[in-house]
Amino acid sequence: MQILRRMIARLAATAVTLVGVAVIVFVVIRVVPGNPIAMMLPPGATDADIQRLQELYGLDKSIPEQFLIWAGGVLQGDFGTSISLRQPVSELVLGRLPATLELSVMALAIAVVLGGGMALTATLYRGTRVEGAIDVTGGMALSVPDFLWGLVLILLFGVLWPLFHISGRISPSLGFEFQSNFYLWESFVRLRFDVWTDIVAHMFMPALALAIPLAAIISQLLKQSLKETMHLDYVTLARTKGYSETSIITREALPNAILPTLTLVGVQFTFLIGGTVIVERLFSYEGLGNMAIDAVINRDLPLIQGIVILFALIFTVVNLVVDMTYAALNPRLRHA
Amino acid sequence: MRDTRGHTRKPGLRLWLSGGWITVLVLAALLAPWISPHDPLAQDLFAGRMPPFWQAGADPNYLLGTDSLGRDVLSRILHGARLALTVALIAGVLTCLIGATLGLIAGYYGGWADLVISRLVDIWMAFPPVLFAILLIAVLGTGMTSIIIAIVVIDWTRFARVIRAEAMSQSKMDYVASAQVVGRSRLGTALTEILPNVLPTIVALLTLEMGIAVIVEAILSFVNLSISTDAPTWGGMIAEGRTSVHQAWWVLVFPLVALFLTVLSFSQLGEGLKDHFDPVLR
Repeated sequence: MQILRRMIARLAATAVTLVGVAVIVFVVIRVVPGNPIAMMLPPGATDADIQRLQELYGLDKSIPEQFLIWAGGVLQGDFGTSISLRQPVSELVLGRLPATLELSVMALAIAVVLGGGMALTATLYRGTRVEGAIDVTGGMALSVPDFLWGLVLILLFGVLWPLFHISGRISPSLGFEFQSNFYLWESFVRLRFDVWTDIVAHMFMPALALAIPLAAIISQLLKQSLKETMHLDYVTLARTKGYSETSIITREALPNAILPTLTLVGVQFTFLIGGTVIVERLFSYEGLGNMAIDAVINRDLPLIQGIVILFALIFTVVNLVVDMTYAALNPRLRHA
Repeated sequence: MRDTRGHTRKPGLRLWLSGGWITVLVLAALLAPWISPHDPLAQDLFAGRMPPFWQAGADPNYLLGTDSLGRDVLSRILHGARLALTVALIAGVLTCLIGATLGLIAGYYGGWADLVISRLVDIWMAFPPVLFAILLIAVLGTGMTSIIIAIVVIDWTRFARVIRAEAMSQSKMDYVASAQVVGRSRLGTALTEILPNVLPTIVALLTLEMGIAVIVEAILSFVNLSISTDAPTWGGMIAEGRTSVHQAWWVLVFPLVALFLTVLSFSQLGEGLKDHFDPVLR
């Protein structure tokens, strides 16, 4: 009962947030001077041309009216038409979403493996120089944002020691016909490992750049909770029974220490998704973020709106899922 | 415990190193017009993509080499420091003033003020910050004022969130109650009792914020939405360096090193100050 009430309250809060985001984006783009229509017409267009286009995109109506028309469309899955690309926004955005999702999930996986590994190693070697080195590395990793890590990686593994590709999502020369936009997934399922390897070689560096700060956070937090768990009686009991230190950490301490880290990973994952905007640009990766920057440069209002709303939706959904997972995993909340 | 000992020892070195770099940077920024060997905007088309001084074919006039238009990389980095630090200082202080004030109001007064401010913070948190920044710049137009406004509009929540929580816990303390008992006004208590106690947190957050402002400015000039296309910004230099990284690595590496050290220093300084002020760790 308690859980159900919590869920409903959370859903309501999510809805309020999303409407708030929509209103803010809508108003911000429209109250400011600068006419997007004038920018898309060739010089020498007449006032009548401008008028006609404004009517076509509904820009001649008042802002509240425009909002209602747009919101009505959104509820039916219609996000309007992109001004610069002249295609439905929903099509464009959904076409790019898989690229960004694959990148984010890969980055999350790298962060979990890297951060988890760091935390376990530091716990195993606690009190030694190894732990100190891991702490310092983590502190550095956390202080510098993904954008800068991306540039450092480009220099290291794109130029100095060219192991990976530094731009794009796939080598155009492969000429592989995809049926979906989930390239990584599809090439894997269709067992084309040559294509799959090429895609990974493109994705690895942007994903790693996004993963580094998150890995540091995971490592710090997991190490902290492991440390607390290691002092508990049942761990001491396991030790007196003669289990090895490694199996005490991974089999006894880890399952209990993982819950607080999990919540945080969820929240941080949304920051990671936000980071894709600039990292995709840096690596010329054809995802949502890269499209967003182009949309802003071209002042493509409907497209900007669509992308920002989608990002906000992803953010809130991730947060919601984390909350629910936490409630489901935490016995104290389950029976409360 | 080892851990606590390590923790109290480290901030010293950390604060010195990062403070040292920031000091060097501030001096470089202040003195840039006098110590720069060249005009940062002057092009020399006969000296394009000259390597740094220790490499074959270098011109000792251009210590850190030149970019594709023959502009001196060192002079551009020095002048870039001016722009970066100006944005960091103004945007940082404004963000701090607005965010901390709202946080203080929400945390201390509570009630509907807290409700409105907290809800706003939640909405703000649903925006991807980089996308939000780019959106605002697209709307406000490029230029230093726009960048500063964008940073303030996006980042006030960082201060508001933390200061709200701090003010809330402080306002439950006995000393606040006693201030009220002796008849101090609400506003008076907020300014003379609560504010001094959250000030260390504010200073630490401000330092962190300045590092964030530097990176936001760099990102915006990287996507060509910053001050102007040929102004010597680190982000702009990095963008040019990124496209010619296989021909002239130094155009990317030197501004990147400057930016990296600056961001790292502000962050380490902020974290160090936070630990330094934290009575539990001290």
